[in-house]
Amino acid sequence: MSADPTQVLAFETDCHIFDGCGFPAPGLHSFLFEPLWGNADGNGMYFNKPMLLALLGSIIIVGFFWAAFNKPKVVPGKLQMVAEAGYDFIRRGVVYETIGKKEGEKYVPLIVTLFFFVWMMNLWSIIPVAQFPVTSIIAYPMVLALVVYVLWVSLTFKRHGFVGFFKNVTGYDKSLGAVLPLSMTIEFFSNLLVRPFTHAVRLFANMFAGHTLLLLFTIASWYLLNGIGIAYAGVSFVMTIIMTAFELFIQAVQAYVFVLLTCTYIQGALAEHH
Amino acid sequence: MNSALVLLAAEGEKENPLIPPWPEVVIGLIAFVIVFGFLAKKLLPNINKVLEERREAIEGGIEKAEAAQTEAQSVLEQYKAQLAEARHEAARLRQEAQEQGATLIAEMRAEGQRQREEIIAAGHAQIQADRKAAASALRQDVGKLATDLAGKLVGESLEDHARQSRVIDRFLDELDDKATTAEATR
Repeated sequence: MSADPTQVLAFETDCHIFDGCGFPAPGLHSFLFEPLWGNADGNGMYFNKPMLLALLGSIIIVGFFWAAFNKPKVVPGKLQMVAEAGYDFIRRGVVYETIGKKEGEKYVPLIVTLFFFVWMMNLWSIIPVAQFPVTSIIAYPMVLALVVYVLWVSLTFKRHGFVGFFKNVTGYDKSLGAVLPLSMTIEFFSNLLVRPFTHAVRLFANMFAGHTLLLLFTIASWYLLNGIGIAYAGVSFVMTIIMTAFELFIQAVQAYVFVLLTCTYIQGALAEHH
Repeated sequence: MNSALVLLAAEGEKENPLIPPWPEVVIGLIAFVIVFGFLAKKLLPNINKVLEERREAIEGGIEKAEAAQTEAQSVLEQYKAQLAEARHEAARLRQEAQEQGATLIAEMRAEGQRQREEIIAAGHAQIQADRKAAASALRQDVGKLATDLAGKLVGESLEDHARQSRVIDRFLDELDDKATTAEATR
C-alpha cells in the first residue's frame, strides 16, 4: 500500500490509469521511511533514509570545504575559488550587511555553516536516488532554529541584562503610551514564542510543499502512462522538469532566507534598544 | 488505498509532521555539529589566514608600486636639477671662456702692437744707422769725388789740403742743414 513505509519507491509502480486503480497521491506517508536499522514504533533509537542523507550531506560539505580550504593558496585553484566565492557571499553579502563587520565577524562561521548545511539538505531533493529534502522533516529545521534561538536569547541576556532583555524582547517604547501594554504583549509572543517556530516551519513547509509537488507530477507521469493518458503523462513529465528547476532555485532561496533571518535576529540582540 | 487512508488516519495523531521524533533531532544536531566543528575550528580560519595574506600581498604590491613611483619621481627631479645645474655650469664656463678669450685677444693685440712698435723702432734705428753709414760713406765719396774733380780741374792734388781744411765737410753740413730745414718747413 502507498502508506506502507516499507516500500522502496514513493508510490506503487504497477498501477496505471484505466487499470481500475486510483491515483496513488502523495501525502504525509511520502515523508515516512521504514528504518534501515532499529524500530521506529518504539521510543528506541533507529536509523532511516533522511538520517543517512543528513550525515552524508554533512560529510559532503566537510569534504568539499576540506578539499578547498585545507591547504589554501594565496593564488587559488578552481575549487578554492568556487568555495571562496560561496564563503565570501555569506560573509560579505549576508553577515557584514546585516550585523556589520566588527560585530558580525564572530558569527561568520555559524552563518556559513548554517547556509551550506541547509542548502545541502535542501539539495538532496533533486539529487538522483536520494531525491528527498532532509529539511522537509521538521526535526532538522527545528534543530537549526533551536540553535539560533538559544544563541539569540543568550546574546540578548548578555548584552542587555535581565531588564534589558525584556525591554528588547517586548519592544519597550514609552512614546507608544496607552498602546504599550498591548504592543508589549504582542511583541513578547511574537519574538519569544512564535519566532523560532516560524523560523523552522518556513523552511520545513517550503521543502515539504516542494517535495510534494515534485512527487505529484512524477507519480502522475507514471500513473498516466496508459492509452490516451500518455499525452497527459507528457505534460506531467514536462512539469516535473520545470518543478525540478524551480526547486533548485527555491532550495537556494530558502537557505538564504534562513541565514538572513538568523542574522537579523542576532543583529536585534546586539542592537541597543531604543 | 482506502486502507492506506485508514492507516494514515489512525496514525494521524502520532505522525503529526510538526512533531519531530527525537532520534531525528539527535542526528540532525550531530550532522550540524560535524559541519560546524570542521568549518569553524579548522577550515574557515585556514581560509581567513590566506585571505589576509592575499590582502597583504596586494596591499604590499601597491605600496611597492607607490614607493617605486615616488623614487622615480625623486630621481627625475634630481636629474632635472642636475641637468639645470649642468646647463648653468656650461653657460658659466662659456662666459668665462669668452672673457678669457677676450682678455687673451686683448693681450695678444697689445703684445702684437708692442712687437710691431719694437720692430718698427728697430727698423727705424736700422734705417737711421744705415742712413748715417750711407751718409758718412757718401760724404767721403762725394768729398773724394769732389776733390778728385777739383784736383783734375785745378790740376793738382787737393786731396791733402782738402782733408786738412775740412772744406768739404763744411759744405756738406750746409747741404744737410738745408735739407733738414726744407724737410721741417714741408
